[in-house]
Amino acid sequence: MLRFLVRRVLGAIAVLLAISILVFLIFNVVPATNPAARIAGKNATPQLIKNVEKEWGFDKSLPEQYWTQMKLIFTGKVVSIQSHINVDKRIEEGIPATASLCIGAAIIWLAFGFAFGYFSAIRAGGFTDRALTVLALVGISMPVFWLASLMLYYFTYKLEIFPNSGYVSLSNPWQWFTHLILPWISLAILYAGFYSRVLRSSMLDVMNEDYVRTARAKGLSQRQVMTRHVLRNSLIPVITLFGLDFGVLIGGGAIVTETLFNIEGVGLFTSEALKNQDFPSIMAITIFGAFFIVLFNILVDIAYAYLDPRIRLGTSAT
Amino acid sequence: MSVTPETQPAPMGPGGGPLLEVEGLRVGFATEDGRVQAVDGVDFELEPGEVLAIVGESGSGKSVTAQTIIGLTRGPNSRIEGSVKLNGEELTTQSESQLQKVRGSKIAMIFQDPMTSMNPVYTIGRQIIEAIKAHDRSVSKKDGRRRAIELLEAVGIPDADRRVDNYPHEFSGGMRQRAMIAMGLALEPSVLIADEPTTALDVTIQAQILDLIQDLNKSRGLATILITHDLGVVAEVADRVLVMYAGKVVERGTLDDIFYDPQHPYTWGLLGSLTRLDQPRPHRLPQISGAPPSLLDLPKGCAFRPRCPHEFPKCVEVPGLEARLPENPNHRDRCWLTPEQKKTLREVEPGRIGLEEPR
Repeated sequence: MLRFLVRRVLGAIAVLLAISILVFLIFNVVPATNPAARIAGKNATPQLIKNVEKEWGFDKSLPEQYWTQMKLIFTGKVVSIQSHINVDKRIEEGIPATASLCIGAAIIWLAFGFAFGYFSAIRAGGFTDRALTVLALVGISMPVFWLASLMLYYFTYKLEIFPNSGYVSLSNPWQWFTHLILPWISLAILYAGFYSRVLRSSMLDVMNEDYVRTARAKGLSQRQVMTRHVLRNSLIPVITLFGLDFGVLIGGGAIVTETLFNIEGVGLFTSEALKNQDFPSIMAITIFGAFFIVLFNILVDIAYAYLDPRIRLGTSAT
Repeated sequence: MSVTPETQPAPMGPGGGPLLEVEGLRVGFATEDGRVQAVDGVDFELEPGEVLAIVGESGSGKSVTAQTIIGLTRGPNSRIEGSVKLNGEELTTQSESQLQKVRGSKIAMIFQDPMTSMNPVYTIGRQIIEAIKAHDRSVSKKDGRRRAIELLEAVGIPDADRRVDNYPHEFSGGMRQRAMIAMGLALEPSVLIADEPTTALDVTIQAQILDLIQDLNKSRGLATILITHDLGVVAEVADRVLVMYAGKVVERGTLDDIFYDPQHPYTWGLLGSLTRLDQPRPHRLPQISGAPPSLLDLPKGCAFRPRCPHEFPKCVEVPGLEARLPENPNHRDRCWLTPEQKKTLREVEPGRIGLEEPR
């Protein structure tokens, strides 16, 4: 198990290194225009561009440029020229809000995704299954911006059930909670629908496995067969998806939800950075997001190893 | 459990009534292409301590018959008719939860492919303990484990106290089938249904598993239904044989009846396709030409008719499963030919039974 972990972590470091190089190339080398000018922004003076060139090392060789830029990002010294804020610090400040949003939403979508998927699968073809399928498709088909706008309009503006948008820190738990309910729901619905479909089809596949028949032949009850043998073996696709989705969201991917509900998280920062073509910010966010995606993939690998002993050994089973 | 199977009242027949009695069993499945009658009227009895072999090609309905006995074919798309009685107790009308008590504890079943028949994510021991606990929740973890080790030892797994914590993928195919048998034996059932238990194994391992099954049959009086398409396996362990074709039993009798005095041309074909060590090597292996008919579109009359070289006009009527040999009422078959005709037609070479090539 330790060897397995060490191997995965080393692999992850290599992946991050590759991503950082790729990001560097995309932002600095591929575009034909002067990178310093783009970093300096639209209304930059020649003097400013000169300063940027020096600070970011554009007067040196490519490897040196790469090294200078990574040093800036990883030591927290990147300052957006346009908004004069420290990018790393801004990301750091956004993490509590983004984490609150994503963790809460994930709990909701996992709970509903699992419940719907499970009941769909054990009643496959029946009325419950069909009803849940329609519900899941409705959830998947509703765009977040549309759903969030509607909820904001009805629940906070018309009915005034929920407080206006924004994020309140956890030091005020009730306010924190009520401010997050709508964002949680609007973010979770799409994923809940999608996960229920994935779990359903995964369970239906597993139900045809020989060992499920063996479990029934042993005299286990339908519920024991379903939970111990079918559900457990159906988890891998769901967990794979979850690692990717959650990593993306934590890494600043909840752009639409955070923007609509005005949650000062990483996602909102991302959207601002994109809107202003604020290259230092976009670059730092990209690397930050990649870090979380890679991190959650390691966690997924560990979960695999826990779920399936054949993976633990690192060799394929015969 | 209040009554052991042996003391339960059974309908009195000769010898106190059979342990397992299957009567007029029909299993149909609704498929997208229409209704498939996978099993079409199967009758047999199983006595305590007996090995009954059910043979036939793929799709002849032998596995469906076996799985229906413990209700594994139940479902919205299946229709089950007829009766299955265990010690005189009807199983087909029992609820799913009543049947759960029968599965594993009174009738155990092992399957064809030991590679896929065990859950890869649980240890062997845990899966055996699970079978025990499904029927007796009071068994402690420690007792369950001890019992699992005993069972693994009983089926010949070396180092059982260590092996019990292995996962299925750490076992070889033969060992997995042994572990499956151990799991089947966990609750001392009176009937073991073995659905092609040796098909997925190497020949040497096959022999070991058959020896084990035979051993258990002799030492524990475990009545066994052995489903196979391998007549070599049948010859080794069976007491009585059912030959199935297209969902019907086409011949039934004792092992000797089937091997030395087979009545149905399909049985001749099966026997003729065995390679024999005591005879000169044929230039090519004999086979039954053609393929089993689609169950969606069965020929009229005898289902074997299109593949049978001895077909005659009478064959468009469905022959019943009847005793056609006056001296042996327990040897029955579904073929219109007279016993005399059969005797002459089945000899393809002097001393060799077979089915001559259809023209």
